[in-house]
Amino acid sequence: MSADCDLVVIGAGPAGMAASVTAVELGLSVVLLDEQRAPGGQIYRDVEAPGLARPAVLGPDYDRGKALAAALRSTKLEYLPDTSVWQLSRDLEIGLHRDGRARFIKARKVIVAAGAMERPMPIPGWTLPGVMTAGAGQVLLKSAGIIPTGPVVLAGSGPLLLLLAWQYLRAGLKVDALLDTTPLGNYFSAAPMLPKALTAPGYIIKGLKLLVELRMSGIRMLSGISRLTAMGHERLGSIEFVRGSRTEVIPTKLLMLHQGVVPNTHIAVAAGCEQDWDTTQLCWKTRCDEWGATSVQGLFVAGDGAGIMGALASEHTGRLAALGVAYTLGKLGGAELQRRAAPEHSARLEQLRARPFLDTLYRPAEDFRLPADDTLLCRCEEVTAGEVRLAVGLGCAGPNQAKSYTRCGMGPCQGRVCGGMVSELIARERRMPVGEAGFYRVRPPLKPITLEQLANAATD
Amino acid sequence: MFKSLPEQAQKVSVTIEDRTVQVPAHWSVAAAVLVQDMDSTRDSPVTGAPRAPYCLMGVCFECLTEIDGEPNQQACLRQVREGMVIKRQCGARRVLS
Repeated sequence: MSADCDLVVIGAGPAGMAASVTAVELGLSVVLLDEQRAPGGQIYRDVEAPGLARPAVLGPDYDRGKALAAALRSTKLEYLPDTSVWQLSRDLEIGLHRDGRARFIKARKVIVAAGAMERPMPIPGWTLPGVMTAGAGQVLLKSAGIIPTGPVVLAGSGPLLLLLAWQYLRAGLKVDALLDTTPLGNYFSAAPMLPKALTAPGYIIKGLKLLVELRMSGIRMLSGISRLTAMGHERLGSIEFVRGSRTEVIPTKLLMLHQGVVPNTHIAVAAGCEQDWDTTQLCWKTRCDEWGATSVQGLFVAGDGAGIMGALASEHTGRLAALGVAYTLGKLGGAELQRRAAPEHSARLEQLRARPFLDTLYRPAEDFRLPADDTLLCRCEEVTAGEVRLAVGLGCAGPNQAKSYTRCGMGPCQGRVCGGMVSELIARERRMPVGEAGFYRVRPPLKPITLEQLANAATD
Repeated sequence: MFKSLPEQAQKVSVTIEDRTVQVPAHWSVAAAVLVQDMDSTRDSPVTGAPRAPYCLMGVCFECLTEIDGEPNQQACLRQVREGMVIKRQCGARRVLS
């Protein structure tokens, strides 16, 4: 199948938008695919929509997305929103699905900029209706202007949790409690990295301002939470938490959990890209060089999907990937490549200065990463952590065998949610490095597609 | 459980579990369902346990819903449309429908 275009970019978040615009500037024909109906990814979700006073509620950082989206709109490329990618093969054949119809396109090069997803927070009862991620709360706020009514508790660790509480405050809602599960020891481990973090443009100051405003609002904020349980019959009714030696119960119908974000590596894994386990960020990352080139020829990654770096650094890696792609297609020479790449490299490094501090401070406690035996690990197939531990005891050697033993990872999400946890849990049980325990094999279709749609795609 | 901030928006009529409601045209099906105070949007095919949207970004697949007769639709990735019929999904899907 001959190539339909020079470059397909998957994902219209900051990395994907920046990569697409730069690639077109360099003379490439570009197709940009995205699942959402408008550009922005998750961080700038629905940034083009003229909602009421959105910046006032969401904060000034959100506005950066407007400039990126505007640049995208005035660039000559083929932009396909509402489009799911259900296949990406090693020879860069992409199966896509849009408006009930499936088709294939072939690219000479691909940049996967699929971004990040919430790190799962597997507490007892986490599958009860009423338990959601903080990211979900932000999606409702950004894309639909929806906020909780009744009681809501935020729990977990990380800047996004504080940001959500702050955004709710500006929308007129005081959450009932903000339970911080950040291990208190992390403050000591992270302290030496603070000086470097302070040289990163504005991050720490912004965070402190947020904290001060939250404290002054009178929201009940408790730190050092060591255990959390969601309770209820058929839906969330209350949460129980442990702090020091005290146990307390808070009635609530809504619990928003968050303990950081991890790369969404699903498409890259399905395409066969080698993955590495990052022992600091405690997540899988697609192995890539400084341009984002992966172990699969012609396939690049950019943005949070390549390793959690934040929205601004994501833009720079998007441009670097576009430059790398253009170079491999002979659109520019080595000297021009280095000249254009240099400012992107330094800007990226500047943005990353706060990461060691943030990654250390918000490193989630093991109890919140590896659940107790009777807690669900695989939500889709309702497999508990205990069942997976038992399987290892019976000889299960890795995540793919766990699928056969327990059906863990065989549900509709294909291991997107449980994958990282299963790797870590099996590695722990087998006393081996997580990198050695490995990750699920992921096979297409990556998104639901009917046989009829598949058959029609093949004959188009 | 959820309510919408005051905003000017064009509305469409959708039917959620036989109840017809007006929702802003730019909302996702998941958002429309959550604002109706429906406790759950599907039952797990494994044990029948009630489930509701968790991530709202297309990763968790908890929001699988029947939309206009088509099952296994991720409600968080579908935008509402005039006359849309939305139903909870209970149990496993039939292979031939």
